Amino acid sequence: MSLLSISNLSLSIHGTQILERVSLSIEPGEIHGVIGESGSGKSMTAFSVMQLLPDGATCSGELRLDGQDVLHADEAALCAMRGERVGMVFQEPMTALNPLMTIGAQVAETVLIHENVSQAEAMRRAQDALERCELPADTFPMSRFPHELSGGQRQRVVIAMAIALRPKLLIADEPTTALDVTTQAEILSLIRKLVDEDGMGVMLITHDLAVVSGLADHITIMRNGVVVEQGEGATLYRDMTHPYTKALFAASSHQPDRTEAKADAALLRVENVTRSYALPRKAIFGAPKRFVAVDNVSFEIKRGESLGLVGESGCGKSTLTRAILGLEPLQGGVITLDGSPVLSGRQADLSVRRKMQVVFQDPYSSFNPRHKVGRLVAEPFYLLGRTATDEEIEVALTSVGLTPSDKVKYIHEFSGGQRQRIAIARALIIRPELIILDEAVSALDVSIRAQILDLLADLSKRFGLTYLFISHDLSVVRSITDRVLVMKAGKIVEEGATEDVFDTPHHPYTQALIDAVPKLPDLDGIDIGRS
Amino acid sequence: MLRYALKRLGSLLISLIVASLVIFFTLEVVPGDPASFMLGINAQPETLEALREELGLNATKAERYLSWVTGLVTGDLGISYTYRSPVSEIVAERLVISLPLALYALILTVVIAFPVGILAATKRGSLTDVAVMGGTQLGVAIPNFWFAMIMVLIFAINLRWFSAGGFPGWDAGFLVAIKALTVPAIALALPQASILARVMRSSLLDTLSEDYIRTSRAKGLTKRQALRRHALRNALIPVLTIIGLQLSFLLAGAIIIENVFFLPGLGRLVFQAISQRDLIVVESVVMLLVFAVIVVNFLVDLAYVWVDPRLKDRT
Repeated sequence: MSLLSISNLSLSIHGTQILERVSLSIEPGEIHGVIGESGSGKSMTAFSVMQLLPDGATCSGELRLDGQDVLHADEAALCAMRGERVGMVFQEPMTALNPLMTIGAQVAETVLIHENVSQAEAMRRAQDALERCELPADTFPMSRFPHELSGGQRQRVVIAMAIALRPKLLIADEPTTALDVTTQAEILSLIRKLVDEDGMGVMLITHDLAVVSGLADHITIMRNGVVVEQGEGATLYRDMTHPYTKALFAASSHQPDRTEAKADAALLRVENVTRSYALPRKAIFGAPKRFVAVDNVSFEIKRGESLGLVGESGCGKSTLTRAILGLEPLQGGVITLDGSPVLSGRQADLSVRRKMQVVFQDPYSSFNPRHKVGRLVAEPFYLLGRTATDEEIEVALTSVGLTPSDKVKYIHEFSGGQRQRIAIARALIIRPELIILDEAVSALDVSIRAQILDLLADLSKRFGLTYLFISHDLSVVRSITDRVLVMKAGKIVEEGATEDVFDTPHHPYTQALIDAVPKLPDLDGIDIGRS
Repeated sequence: MLRYALKRLGSLLISLIVASLVIFFTLEVVPGDPASFMLGINAQPETLEALREELGLNATKAERYLSWVTGLVTGDLGISYTYRSPVSEIVAERLVISLPLALYALILTVVIAFPVGILAATKRGSLTDVAVMGGTQLGVAIPNFWFAMIMVLIFAINLRWFSAGGFPGWDAGFLVAIKALTVPAIALALPQASILARVMRSSLLDTLSEDYIRTSRAKGLTKRQALRRHALRNALIPVLTIIGLQLSFLLAGAIIIENVFFLPGLGRLVFQAISQRDLIVVESVVMLLVFAVIVVNFLVDLAYVWVDPRLKDRT
């Protein structure tokens, strides 16, 4: 008998069908990857196992965990099951912990809820769970609060809570999506270690095919609430038959068609730029200490070039971006675009600023929801001191693959991918020379991401655009840039042609980054519909 | 924590000094001479001059400010122009009514608002929630003096459970005195409780949709346990802010209710003192109220740090 067996599970929420006849089973000691894009129903499958579904949800079919009929269990039985026989880890470690409770108390709570033990015994067990998750007491005492830990460390605390009672099944819902690549690799190997130690089954939910390749024993691919393909982890990529699986695979390793830039004169020049912040004053006398976010950084971008800037969270890449846009005062150095300094005094020089535009990561929060798309797209015109004509708005929308009639709609009427097209239209409308793409495709599903990368490559060819492409996702940077900078702790540690840096990294940090990137199996010679 | 408390204390002192300057010099520009008001329009210029000298009205502004502030610190608030008795005594007499009334009303506010707000949040969208939202809307909209009059009509005139007003004094016994303050306290508390219940509800709803509530449910906590152990304390932070504002309001804002119930409290004292140009009383009472507001804010600041450990690092 399987540890988890789901057969013909259907789920509807307020009458809307979310899952349709989903079947999958997980054995003890097995890592089962569930892969799909947003809206595929992969998370809802997990929440069905936990029975933590939104109001108005109704399930049908059969769902058995360790022999127990989950769909017909009452709430008391479910509470006894959650945390005891099945633990769950979530995507966003920054918000998954109660900010007002110590990490020790939060892990101990799992024990206290389920077992009749003393507070001291629960704390001892919590310490044990934290140590198994590689948070030793001497460096991470249990009296720490969540805000005193990094994202990766918080995710370890969440895992410790989930495995404190050694459950038989662990559900991990995009456990590494919000983390840096090196942290992601550590968390994945932690999950592997826990499976090997305890023999628990794991349902590993992700949108990233590469994360599960080499890790999962079985893989289920979902789309629109339906299972489209299932198979062994080792062979699925080779034997995949469903067109969607093939399309997903192709999109994950998508290489936009682009021509290499001709070496030309420098467009943007960053010379010895330093940006530091004063830290809170610790002593009444004496100058406060300073945190150097960008430390004596120099580089240039040539006209028509696509330059990548990679680095993990906190390395200073966002501060550098803001400095280039003239939004940060500098403590040293100068940034020039086309020969003119970006800053005039402490303010951005508008005549320079109008030559560059930016596209941000989050297509959901980077628009004012009360304005129509036509007005949103026309915003950069304030830099020119005039308003946009209807024709200019329509041309901008058309050039990113939308229709002129979209200008009268509101932003909530568009999907994530379409919103990112609108963000690009907004950046394009005043025909800038440089577009800064700050994690511009990171929040998108792989198939949408592939389309946006194609669009960017196409626009660059048509309008001779120069890109500064900032991302923590190395595979995307590799596919769209000519040259790449690697940033660590405020400094550029490596710089070179993209292919050279990825093939023969010189700096140990670059090597570590590239080694940590999960890789898709090489399928040369197998037809996956890639053109 | 101690550093933080000292820092807040420092800013409290600065606020007090600024407030005293503003109060003193604002009242200086108010038209009307207290001495001529006290003696009436037929007073002899010599008598007027003598009274001015006696009241210290002839000294320079800086001297008068300094002696007023020194008096505030030492508890000597001067002599009231109209009552002809020490301001500190008059204020103390009134304070023993106003302070208990404000605290009583605040306790009622919290005792009503917390359960109602929590109930509405946990039963979101249900009939209970709709009833709570409708009821609190009314509570916010209806002026409290009207409430007060309705309650006098019901409890004092028809049911005869309470007296219609007045205060027997604390000498009459604790329970008797508290009974006299009950109807005014309810009248003061109902609108405040309506506001606080709504804040509690929306704050709790925000917290209940946080990721860590989902995490706690995945650990096996029941809805009720998740609410008690994780949601409530997190929801308290915005609620504390409102409670601080309400206490200040209840101390200073009871003028109308005190008039409806014939309670000789601070509000009535200020009202009378202003109409009689008894500036020294006005100054002292206003300063006292400012002091109370600033101290309450100081306590709220300390409470934030006690509730939220994240603030400790910023202190």
